[in-house]
Amino acid sequence: MAVTDAQTSLRHAFGNVLAFFILILIGVLAFSIRLFSVIKYESVIHEFDPYFNYRVTQFLTKNGIYDFWNWFDDRTWYPLGRVIGGTVYPGLTLTAGTLWWILNSLNIPLSVETVCVFTAPIFSAFASWATYLLTKEVKGTGAGLTAAVLLAMVPSYISRSVAGSYDNEAVAIFALIFTFYLYIKTLNTGSLFYATLNSIAYFYMVCSWGGYTFIINLIPMHALLCIVTGRYSSRLYIAYAPLIVLGTLLAALVPVVGFNAVMTSEHFASFLVFILIHVVALVYYIKGILSPKMFKVAVALVVSGGLAVCFAMIAVLVAMVASSPTMGWSGRSLSLLDPTYASKYIPIIASVSEHQPPTWPSYFMDINVLAFLVPAGIIACFSPLSDASSFVILYIVTSVYFSGVMVRLMLVLAPAACILSGIALSQAFDVFTRSIKLQLPSLSVDSPVDAGDASSESVVPDDTVKTDKTEDTQKERTSKKSRSRKSSSESVEKPPSKLQIKKRLSVLPLETSIIAIVLLVFLGAFYVVHSVWAAAEAYSAPSIVLTSHSHDGLHVFDDFREAYAWLSHNTEVDDKVASWWDYGYQTTAMANRTVIVDNNTWNNTHIATVGTAMSSPEKAAWEIFHSLDVKYVLVVFGGLVGYPSDDINKFLWMVRIGGGVFPHIKEPDYLRDGQYRIDNMATPTMLNCLMYKLSYYRFVETDGKAFDRVRRTEIGKKYFKLTHFEEVFTTHHWMVRIYKLKPPKNRIRGKTKKSKSKANPKTVSKRKELKRNPF
Amino acid sequence: MKLNLFSFLFTFTILSSHVLSISDLILTKVDRRIDLSTQIVRTTTTLKVENAGSDIVSEILLPFPENHAIHLAYLSATLNEGRGKAKPSSGAGLPYDEVVSPKDFPNSLKVYSVTLPKGLGKGDSLTLDVLAVFTHILQPFPEKITQADIQLLLFQETAHYLTPYPVKVQSLVVKLPDARIESYTKLEKTKLQGSELKYGPYENLPRFSYLPMVIHFENNQPFAVAKELVREIEISHWGNVQITEHYNLVHGGAQSKGEFSRLDYQARPYVRGASAFRRLVAKLPPRAHSVYYRDEIGNISTSNLWGDSKKTELEIEPRYPIFGGWKTAFTIGYGLPLQDFLFGIDGKRFLNISFGSPINELVIDTLIVKVVLPEGSKDISPSVPFPVKQSHETKFSHLDIAGRPVVVLEKNNAVPEHNEHFQVYYKFNRLSMLREPLMLIFGFFFLFVASIVYMHADLSISKTSASYLAKIQWEEVQATIRQVHTIISRCLTTHDKLEASLRDLSRTGDIQGCKATRKSVDSSLKELTKELKSPVAFLQSSPQAAQILPKVEEVIAKERDLQERLMAKHSTVVDCYEKKLGGREIENRVASHQQKITALRQEIDDLMDLIDEI
Repeated sequence: MAVTDAQTSLRHAFGNVLAFFILILIGVLAFSIRLFSVIKYESVIHEFDPYFNYRVTQFLTKNGIYDFWNWFDDRTWYPLGRVIGGTVYPGLTLTAGTLWWILNSLNIPLSVETVCVFTAPIFSAFASWATYLLTKEVKGTGAGLTAAVLLAMVPSYISRSVAGSYDNEAVAIFALIFTFYLYIKTLNTGSLFYATLNSIAYFYMVCSWGGYTFIINLIPMHALLCIVTGRYSSRLYIAYAPLIVLGTLLAALVPVVGFNAVMTSEHFASFLVFILIHVVALVYYIKGILSPKMFKVAVALVVSGGLAVCFAMIAVLVAMVASSPTMGWSGRSLSLLDPTYASKYIPIIASVSEHQPPTWPSYFMDINVLAFLVPAGIIACFSPLSDASSFVILYIVTSVYFSGVMVRLMLVLAPAACILSGIALSQAFDVFTRSIKLQLPSLSVDSPVDAGDASSESVVPDDTVKTDKTEDTQKERTSKKSRSRKSSSESVEKPPSKLQIKKRLSVLPLETSIIAIVLLVFLGAFYVVHSVWAAAEAYSAPSIVLTSHSHDGLHVFDDFREAYAWLSHNTEVDDKVASWWDYGYQTTAMANRTVIVDNNTWNNTHIATVGTAMSSPEKAAWEIFHSLDVKYVLVVFGGLVGYPSDDINKFLWMVRIGGGVFPHIKEPDYLRDGQYRIDNMATPTMLNCLMYKLSYYRFVETDGKAFDRVRRTEIGKKYFKLTHFEEVFTTHHWMVRIYKLKPPKNRIRGKTKKSKSKANPKTVSKRKELKRNPF
Repeated sequence: MKLNLFSFLFTFTILSSHVLSISDLILTKVDRRIDLSTQIVRTTTTLKVENAGSDIVSEILLPFPENHAIHLAYLSATLNEGRGKAKPSSGAGLPYDEVVSPKDFPNSLKVYSVTLPKGLGKGDSLTLDVLAVFTHILQPFPEKITQADIQLLLFQETAHYLTPYPVKVQSLVVKLPDARIESYTKLEKTKLQGSELKYGPYENLPRFSYLPMVIHFENNQPFAVAKELVREIEISHWGNVQITEHYNLVHGGAQSKGEFSRLDYQARPYVRGASAFRRLVAKLPPRAHSVYYRDEIGNISTSNLWGDSKKTELEIEPRYPIFGGWKTAFTIGYGLPLQDFLFGIDGKRFLNISFGSPINELVIDTLIVKVVLPEGSKDISPSVPFPVKQSHETKFSHLDIAGRPVVVLEKNNAVPEHNEHFQVYYKFNRLSMLREPLMLIFGFFFLFVASIVYMHADLSISKTSASYLAKIQWEEVQATIRQVHTIISRCLTTHDKLEASLRDLSRTGDIQGCKATRKSVDSSLKELTKELKSPVAFLQSSPQAAQILPKVEEVIAKERDLQERLMAKHSTVVDCYEKKLGGREIENRVASHQQKITALRQEIDDLMDLIDEI
């Protein structure tokens, strides 16, 4: 009999080792699927925001942490500048900086850029491990492993964490999942140790991303749900109260959050629930020491008195909150609560494409088959409903709502969808394989009397379990269903006879189960294929280098870097460059020149000034730029090669944002019958504005017709001269054009003065020339 | 112009200063050839020297006007021994030295003295080839041009060879690029033949004879000047020499002014933008691999690479065309096979590699060559064929502890003539190559050992804390439950024995044997029940087991039930056999028992599974 004992423990050990190796492989998968961008393009920082993060990290590694906190950046928002230390979420920067520091102190000479490029893939491996832990707490190891695999390659998360996409979200998703895991872990164990860890994880999340408000609202919601449904326990108290106290204190340490951690409405719910949970704890305590009769009396007494006080308090709070114009909410949060808010009041938020609501195809693109598995996962969470599974349900419901408001928040939905799909898949596999298992051995179990030895009998199912396991790992890595089944049935505290019946009932016909498993495997395979395609084709382009496949091979458009390199080498260090804010971060990071506005968009007026300049006629624009001490103006123009996201296509936003502050810019002036056009039907205001002129200067001479390949039309005004600007650089494919402001003309006041001042330099230069000429 | 004015004054001073010369050498023939086709000006001078005096002369003085001397990048003097065809490569360069100009020399001269291998006796003569290379000596005029303009350059020289010795016959040939010549100083005996400008021959010129002349000509050759070039040569004894070159490039020609129109440049690149250069060609050594070309913001995709057994040619294009005064910076890196460049000689190793940049016709203002030797190299001594500034550094890379010794060689104003091989000798023990792999192996080994120790050690701080005790208790409970589990499974096996005996009975009809089995089973079951008592008692007493206890008790109760049923069944069957009843009859009688037994058995199995999980 010791044999079976040893076998079971061996099986456990084997299972653990297997799970461990599967997790390692999941980590490798999560890391390597994100390397397509490096392999297909190069090891380079992507897009816009990552360039800023990269620049901050460079500063941190060069000057140290104290200089970083005190950093006042004069390269941006000229002439205002920006206090970087107090306005960035430092989590990502500090993480990458620490990684770099560790590597360098081990004398592994990796550049800051390399570390930054690979931070996101590393953290997505961590995130999939955190998903494993979280799902394991909810539904057991099998579901955990499945969810981890799904998360490792969910396209939505890949889009934000490919190598080079060095953005806050890359580490924040890990922090988010890990915080949730620790919350659930605390909830399941009631250990103060985990509660403390939870606060620290929450602190890391606050450091990393503004999305931490999601945590600080979701967890109170869950606590409230538990209280309302009568699931209050001391474990809930341990999980919730320390997190709020410690977490808020820690959050207030982050400069960018500071007193917002107690002042803004985003955090309000947590404090309300904090009070409530104490009331409930008190009630439970009193209930424990009083007899039921006495308790009823006490309740009547407290309810009558306490309610009055509560209402008074709530009234005061509501009054205080309502007294502020935005009700204490930040613009971004408000646009979440009211999806139409941004488009009404803040065009800057609305102008960012990732702040638009998603379309249906984007759900399919970003979470693919998970969208169909999630409902099954929700059902699985209801049987049985535990504290942990109710949390997961709440998580998916809220994140589905948020993702419906902004495309960007699809990222928050992705982990929830992975967790629930993982649960659904593993439960489905569990049911089907159990049906097969119960029926396959049933041939032998029915005649165990003949078979003889009991020990052999008990071994037989074990073997099938094992073989099933290995088969499954080969197929879809959804092994361990036997374990998940047991742990799920463990949490069900029902008499076994019922369980027995249930088990019997859940047995499906053999053929059906086999077919279902095959179909599930196909579903999984489809998901894998789609994810790999998304990682390789859709999401790995760094967007500063563009490629196109033509009949004679690959063509590379490296115009952005060409322009930035030119700026950085051939202009003065202190020259100011004006461009639309999209290119602000890249200009400061790659060209190292001062910009007027950048992607941080904290000052609407300043952006509106640049927008106004771009939409004004040349002279007015020159005056605005000159007053800002601008020396170069950079525009992005895609008309020659057909690059659609150029400044002409963004121009209406400049008009709108500019017009929002400076009313003399009116959007209808730029539209002909409500249509935005640049051909000969365009309005004169449009054809005379600076953006039009800078984009199309001498464009007609390229092909003689001035055919714009993005707008697919000939431009309206073809021949014109620039009076206040001169072209100093245009890139190879004309995608970036840089103009220099001409120096101000001499003032025409007194004629004598003019002639004098004009004559003098001329004669001087003539004399010089005479002197120089040796002949 | 200032320079001209100066030179006139200069001639004047020279003519007025007739003092005794230091030796009585006479230059019987001087042939000068000046190559102006690129930005680097190469002056080849062939001197036929004759000793007219009585003393043995071992030094020949070569003066340069100071405004030329500051641009002098390279100077070599070789003895031309072969009659007729000159073979400059045959004779190694003669040693030369900068000397203080003697008192009787005019001011503003820099004098180099070439030491002859053996003194020149009376009446003896020899032929000397002098190669002087100048950089930054061509002056763009006008200094600023627009995109459409061509680049015009000024070159000033003396038509007479400047020397402290009297010259009998001399001539000068200036090689110009195949382009327009704006103007040149017309002296007597000046001839323009194609792109060659000839002055002379002039005869019987006195010492320090100076005749200024100026050439103004078009030159659109790339004026690539590296302000600074840092070449890092890293030796790895695993078989690779990695070379990384950081360029800081500028167009040294006429400054560009006004607009840059891409349209004009693309439409007619050789008219509008003639002075710009768009590509550079680097000749890398053969078998160069892993070539890359990038700058600080990433890879630059415009480059081409060809290779054959003789050389590897890399054509690189900067991100944008470089007009006059425009700058750019980039990095080229490549790996070379170690055995081509590293050699051993009596216990020492030496690296033999070229000094300068592989890029054609590049002027380098500051060239820094860093040779990174492997960690643990000793007795380092570089040997460079021309004077350089030397220093030492330490570089830390790839898990180094002591750091790698770096030899830093600095040379100002380097030209392609400096692409000579230089050597760095050092001693290195082959065993220290293994240091880093071993370090890694041991690092991981100790990591695993540490984790094993951690898993097996009890690291709790307080041995009396509640949680610790609870944990210990829980472990005990688990052990007990396992015990219970084993006992019950043993019970079940015993039951199976009983069943087996019944089957035997039905086959053989051996009632006695069956009874005997029954007896032994009875006794063993009793023992097992006894054994079960103590663990159950423990479980009952332990608070930790409160949760599982009901299940354990249930299993035990069910097992007892099953046991009774089995016994009953057994008795019935045996009874029936004793009464010799028919098979069908027996089955009928046992049926109720049998049903219960299978049901119970199933339940127990399930429960056992459950307990097993705990």
